[in-house]
Amino acid sequence: MMHVFGPIWTAPVVLGVLTLVGLVSALLGDGVWDAVSALTLGAVVAVGGWYGLRRPAPPQVRRTKR
Amino acid sequence: MGLLLLVAVVSGVVLYAPFTRKLAFGTVRYERSRRVRWLDLHNLLGIVTLVWLLVVGATGVINTWADLLLKVWQKTELAELTAPYAGLPLVTALGSMQQVIDKARQTEPGMEVRYVAFPGTKFATPHHYIVFMQGTTPLTSRLQKPILVDAQTGNVTASVDLPWYIVALRVSQPLHFGDYGGQALKLLWALLDIATIVLLITGLYLWIKLGKEKASKPAEVRAEEAA
Repeated sequence: MMHVFGPIWTAPVVLGVLTLVGLVSALLGDGVWDAVSALTLGAVVAVGGWYGLRRPAPPQVRRTKR
Repeated sequence: MGLLLLVAVVSGVVLYAPFTRKLAFGTVRYERSRRVRWLDLHNLLGIVTLVWLLVVGATGVINTWADLLLKVWQKTELAELTAPYAGLPLVTALGSMQQVIDKARQTEPGMEVRYVAFPGTKFATPHHYIVFMQGTTPLTSRLQKPILVDAQTGNVTASVDLPWYIVALRVSQPLHFGDYGGQALKLLWALLDIATIVLLITGLYLWIKLGKEKASKPAEVRAEEAA
């Protein structure tokens, strides 16, 4: 992934844009608009759930990739 | 309270970078102490829910002005429209309700009746019914159009476009309550609420721990140590 906003802020900015698209989309219409909303906001929640709930496998040192 | 929430969120964002500089996004260091673990979790959930929390918080603040904005509209635009009625005796014999609704429908044929406020009540005037019409699409159903109907004669006095600040309020309400976009959105709203609760608890925990540590070291040093 390109790091337009640097390594720290790329993911947060992507999440923020997804959130905004999701929040506004369902406001504008039903059907497809709702689906877009569910997908984008769903992705944001999924990211939170994935990183928040996963447990590390065996006790190996998981340090940063960079 | 809403403003305090927004301040808390912004201050959290400011601290996000120093605390996560050396970590890949979303890293939660489970092998470390509880404090570090909860710190990572707090940072993760905070950044994931950031924009949602800002939107919910800001629209919540706007929402608290609902009564105020209604009063402003009543005192300005509505007062102008009903100026000719000022001083007239109160209506004792109300006109036909059916006629009121029929007239409103004829005036705005593309819209539906949402509700009718009776003369003298909070949302009407002393001399008028106000029929609140709404559009038929998800967006326009939020944008109501009040139609003033003379309570005595049953004739339409005016069909009004609401001012921008009421429109802004009406559009911001679903963004605060999450009561739109169907079941999927409601479920996601609930999950985001839970994430916020965890965010709050981890944040409180870190803050209390910090107090016990007697804040002898500046935040940057602690950030370096944690990272």
